[in-house]
Amino acid sequence: MNALISTALSGVVMMFAGLLIGNKQRIKFVAIVVLLICFAANLAELSTIQAGERTLYGMITVSHFSILFNAIALGATLIFFLLSGSAFEKVGEHVSDYFALIFFILAGITLASTFSSLLMLFLAIEIISIPQYILAGADKKTPKSSEASLKYFLMGAFSTGILLMGITLIYGATGTFNIGELALGAGKVNTLALCGIILMAFALSFKVSAAPFHFWTPDVYDGSPTVFTSFMATVVKAGGFIAFIRIFHSAFVGERLTADWQMLLAIITAATLIIGNFTAVFQQSVKRMLAYSSIAQAGFMLLAVISMNTYATQGIILYAAAYSVATIGIFAVMIKLKDFTFDGFNGLARTQPVLAITTTIFVCSLAGIPLTAGFFAKYFVLAAAIQQGNLLWLVITAVICAAISAYYYFRVIIAMYFKQGEVETEEITGGFKLMLIITAAIVILLGIFPGLLLQFV
Amino acid sequence: MLTVLLILIPLVAGLVTFGLKGSGPKALGLVASLASLAVTIAALFQFRTAPDTLQLTANWIPQLGAQFSFGMDGMGLMLCLLTAISFLLIFIVIYNRDYERPNSFYGLMLLSQAGLVGVFTAYDALLFYVFWELALIPVYFLCSLWGGEKRIPVTFKFFVYTFAGSLLMLVGLIYIYLQTPDHSFSYASFISGAVAPQDQSWLFWLFFVAFAIKMPVFPFHTWQPDTYEQSPTPVTMVLSGVMVKMGLFGVIRWLLPVLPKGAYMWSDVAIVLSIIGIIYASCIAIVQSDIKRLIAYSSIAHIGLMSAAIFTNNEQSLQGVMVQLFNHGINIIGLWIIVEIIQNRLKIKNLNEMGGIAQYAPGIAIFLVIISLANIALPLTNGFIGEFLMFSGLFQYNVWFMAVAGLGIILAAVYTLNMVQKVIFGQSNGLTETTTDLKSNELLVLIIIVGMILVFGFYPKPMLELVSGTTELVNKVY
Repeated sequence: MNALISTALSGVVMMFAGLLIGNKQRIKFVAIVVLLICFAANLAELSTIQAGERTLYGMITVSHFSILFNAIALGATLIFFLLSGSAFEKVGEHVSDYFALIFFILAGITLASTFSSLLMLFLAIEIISIPQYILAGADKKTPKSSEASLKYFLMGAFSTGILLMGITLIYGATGTFNIGELALGAGKVNTLALCGIILMAFALSFKVSAAPFHFWTPDVYDGSPTVFTSFMATVVKAGGFIAFIRIFHSAFVGERLTADWQMLLAIITAATLIIGNFTAVFQQSVKRMLAYSSIAQAGFMLLAVISMNTYATQGIILYAAAYSVATIGIFAVMIKLKDFTFDGFNGLARTQPVLAITTTIFVCSLAGIPLTAGFFAKYFVLAAAIQQGNLLWLVITAVICAAISAYYYFRVIIAMYFKQGEVETEEITGGFKLMLIITAAIVILLGIFPGLLLQFV
Repeated sequence: MLTVLLILIPLVAGLVTFGLKGSGPKALGLVASLASLAVTIAALFQFRTAPDTLQLTANWIPQLGAQFSFGMDGMGLMLCLLTAISFLLIFIVIYNRDYERPNSFYGLMLLSQAGLVGVFTAYDALLFYVFWELALIPVYFLCSLWGGEKRIPVTFKFFVYTFAGSLLMLVGLIYIYLQTPDHSFSYASFISGAVAPQDQSWLFWLFFVAFAIKMPVFPFHTWQPDTYEQSPTPVTMVLSGVMVKMGLFGVIRWLLPVLPKGAYMWSDVAIVLSIIGIIYASCIAIVQSDIKRLIAYSSIAHIGLMSAAIFTNNEQSLQGVMVQLFNHGINIIGLWIIVEIIQNRLKIKNLNEMGGIAQYAPGIAIFLVIISLANIALPLTNGFIGEFLMFSGLFQYNVWFMAVAGLGIILAAVYTLNMVQKVIFGQSNGLTETTTDLKSNELLVLIIIVGMILVFGFYPKPMLELVSGTTELVNKVY
């Protein structure tokens, strides 16, 4: 609750900050301070929850889990601001507006982690989506950016419609929006409600760019200003997943019902893993590769959505953190380069050793190499799926895809370390390097002691 | 405590080395590997008096039941000794060679040593997996940065191959973990026999493929000759001397005790694959003209025999394998050192361009002959006892398997002696006439190696005693 209010207010504050403060550096500073306040407000709520969770008017439920997730989302955004906040200036004039939009997205994400009514879910998804349409088109001078924005808007509006239709069907069948009541009646679901559930699964799959609803992703991620792609592909995607996992794990949990949607989602997951990984192999641009990689990683997170056990909840938390931090790091380095192709990274190890070594750690984390956070993230989602028992075929598919993913992730390392070339970079400040090292240290720390995060789940 | 020290020394030294300049890395590498050897020898003594003090367990991830659990049994200790000796010998041999960016080179070498020791001492399945993968990363960088012309695609193939195998093993580990009664990764829970027989059947393949890729066993061997050929020779020594032992070690430490029924069900298939590997690799070795590829294929043949012997369910052959783990490591490192010396002098790898080196560098010739004879496992060399035990086990398992695998001995003699003849005897040419003989550091290393070859050839008893505990444990479960 605190997180929701503070992020929404922060959005308004940032809009006014644009009016009052001319200096762009100072705007960034204000944004970071405001974000820190949101972070603290979120944690402060821990003390008010006695019995595990607190429900407000049947609309919002605050729990330890939601506070932990909010903390990860806000923390990842903080890293994003610190690493790439200065790159906002390159996109356009209205820096404070971009910050404001990001705060509004965060408000949506905090709602996605706390909703206890389907209406609130719908609001959360809408609040997350609409600022993104604007951010995608923020670079008004390049047609690609406008194209991305339009594409995203049309496809996004369409999927929101489907989501709404699903909610309506479920309401028609059960007479309630409340998740708790839905779960009680889940034992005797009729066809109408089942159709609603399927429509919701499709709409949410679209939001997290799962195949075959992923076609917008590469174009939108490639066309949007790179700095915003970084945010859209990480924190926002994690927010989508938290909505996905919460609604399916808490509302649609009947014995037969679960098996019904599990099969459907298992097929979607397999398609996402295969399409995401195989297409990423053939990309020549790192930015596009990361777009497909985000689809591939979504496939792994879907494993957690399918699996109904504690490993799944632990897994989604760890995955959200590991994936977001590593991807934000790679994007931050990439923004500093002139050329986004693999060749653009050639010889980076010689000219910028700090950038190269941290990028290597981020890439290893995405590939799931031990001692990085990504390994335990993959470990938990795989363990969750294996514990389901009947999903071994999916697990083997996932593991083979993970091996393939090493191929395209390691191309970045090969370019940086084993190929010759002169990389043109923008000026790299000492502060940026320090921030990168801290981020990489977080990745490694979580890779050795995942318990640091898991103890709160 | 000593066990952890054995990992920490190379790890810390490796990290420090990255920051050193000049001849600092060389010196630190040498000191660290000497210290490792000293600690290993101390552990050997402690193993005789108080083996329990080598175990160490600390909390790691309580949510998972994973622990920092290190320890050593006879086999682990022997492989740690092999690792320590190998790295020391390698560092001595390359002491007067200059590598580009020595700090990274020595740093990565030491890190790979830490990873290898971790694999051999981990008594927690997840910890084992972590080290299993970590040992690979420094080697990947070493090969890609200092290797030959085709290094990038070749090492990449190597990496993706082994990574795919490891991930399959990870699935198997998680599955077994979920079957354990107390949901724990500890070795004791893993070998408690919680896995149902029908599950063991398919789980076997998840593990076997991972280990078979590392060994490598036919048909998973295709990465190996290319990688050995393209890697810088010190790294090839690490790969073939120590790293391939990870696969065999994995089978003995984890596969057999954890999935005994699975191993029993598929032992015929595993042995047949291994024997195909022996014959196939030996035949290819005969027609090789590149000395590095020849030794690479020879290594596949030797490893094939070991992996066949493991699955015979026979105490003798298991003991033979474990002894051979050490001796094969010493022999093949000896061969690579000779190759390294020749390459350093002549800059060629093609056997047909060599010849007559014996006249100009008798030292190289003498050592090459002795090490080659050990490679053929002639009696009174260290290779003999292991091969004898393995063949005896194979014979008891199935006479025909033994007969076919036995062809490998003859073929080994063909390609090894052929190589010796082409390298040191025959007509010299303008290039080989310039060969200078051994320098003092090379001489020292080769004397140590030949010393071990002869000592363990005459008197293998201490080694057999060292590993007898492990054999008993495996046989009890298996």
